[in-house]
Amino acid sequence: MTSIGTGYDLSASTYSPDGRIFQVEYANKAVENSGTAIGLRVKDGIVLAVEKLVHSKLLVPGVNRRIQTIDRHIGLATAGLLADGRHLSNRARDEAANYRDQYRQPPPLKSVADRLGLYIQAYTLYSSVRPFGISTILGAVDKDGPALYVVEPSGVFFGYNGAAVGKGRQLAKTELEKLKLSELSTREAVIEAARIIYLVHDDAKEKDFELEITWIGDETGGLHLPVPKDLQAEAEAAAKAALETFE
Amino acid sequence: MDHFPTNWGRPRNDAYDAYGTYPIAQRPYNGPKDAFAQGIQHTQQPIVTGTSVLALKYKDGVMLAADNLASYGSLARFKDIQRLQAIGAHTVIGAGGDMSDFQYIQAMLDELIIDEFTAQDGHTLGPAEIHEYLAQVMYARRSKMNPLWNAILVGGVKDGKRFLSFVDLLGTTYSASTLATGYGAHIALPLLRTAVEGKEDILNEEEAHKILEQSMKVLYYRDARSIDKYQVATITAEGVSISETRHLETSWSFAEGIRGYGAQTQ
Repeated sequence: MTSIGTGYDLSASTYSPDGRIFQVEYANKAVENSGTAIGLRVKDGIVLAVEKLVHSKLLVPGVNRRIQTIDRHIGLATAGLLADGRHLSNRARDEAANYRDQYRQPPPLKSVADRLGLYIQAYTLYSSVRPFGISTILGAVDKDGPALYVVEPSGVFFGYNGAAVGKGRQLAKTELEKLKLSELSTREAVIEAARIIYLVHDDAKEKDFELEITWIGDETGGLHLPVPKDLQAEAEAAAKAALETFE
Repeated sequence: MDHFPTNWGRPRNDAYDAYGTYPIAQRPYNGPKDAFAQGIQHTQQPIVTGTSVLALKYKDGVMLAADNLASYGSLARFKDIQRLQAIGAHTVIGAGGDMSDFQYIQAMLDELIIDEFTAQDGHTLGPAEIHEYLAQVMYARRSKMNPLWNAILVGGVKDGKRFLSFVDLLGTTYSASTLATGYGAHIALPLLRTAVEGKEDILNEEEAHKILEQSMKVLYYRDARSIDKYQVATITAEGVSISETRHLETSWSFAEGIRGYGAQTQ
């Protein structure tokens, strides 16, 4: 990397001569090393899925969740440093609670994404702190229907119909583009999400992984919940079957 | 310790007037100031109030009833107020007393439920936990001489156990198989006890409804701060439901025959 040794990458408060902040770009590298996370915004809801790499067989199954609940109707999936993700989800919860306290109504996802973006951006301004090694996918069904945002380590956020971050994001994005997201139901989207996560998982390089899937929609009464066990099993079975035919 | 060097002096000249000036110079105060300290007021009385809440245990769960009136003194100010509120999936609270304090409590408990929901740890709060939490809040507020001016019934079913308990502005708590707050504690509770006690495991939903309707009717006849519109909350193992507003059928023809008051001359 050309940035190394120039001295412009020692702090997030220093630009390089061509106007880049290397520490923020390094933060993106931390995201790229993490297991893939995807989000689907479909007809009647949102589906979030994460390829959680299990680094030890001794780990208790289901531990170290990477999809968090922010409010009744808001879910957050992270790719990057696990601890940063937990800090960020706590902050998002505070922001959502603060919105509720001030306006006495459920926070629209845009407001939460906006506030979280401001918070993350503040960590790109000072030499005393390190930018977040996290790209976060925020999903919700709010008063305007399903919404999906991605907030990056720089603090920028964009709305998406389908989003992928982490190691396998390129392949996942290609797969997401093939789907007719606006016509899918959440139930169908769960199957697709599981298939994509299984597809992008690189068996050769990585050991085991756990599939985390949550959804928000009419089927959950607008709540952000893990998909039921039977549906998850069905989705994983379908994903494994699809993998056989793909190769 | 005064951490402001500008305030330091030897000897401490707030106690010793070295130059014989009078009055003794006051040491400037640089500690935290509350500009509104003079303006802070504590609740001295409720303003917009709700009257009684009734509740009983029956075979399948717990049932609560409260009318739809929020009074402004003796004025029937708001006639479509819901005084029963579901908290989480297993609990209903019903409140008499100050309605703005009740709205504050609703917002507080909603936040609590969201905090528990977002933890996603597989645990949910039941009526017993919510009642305990409320009691601690109510007692803490009364200890600050700034009570939340309510009497609240907490009812629910969780893990196959029925729960019904009371808490008020002082933080006082008690439970029984049938409870009432406010005027209802005087007028309706004796009727409820006769109808319910010893029959908690026998009464079915319909009978429980009947008992509450009858008690609400008696209260409407006797309580000048009540109204003939009320709602019933039912909590069973299946969950929580709060009914639409119901109307009480009453007859006031007997009033013609009352003698001894007002303008009639026998």
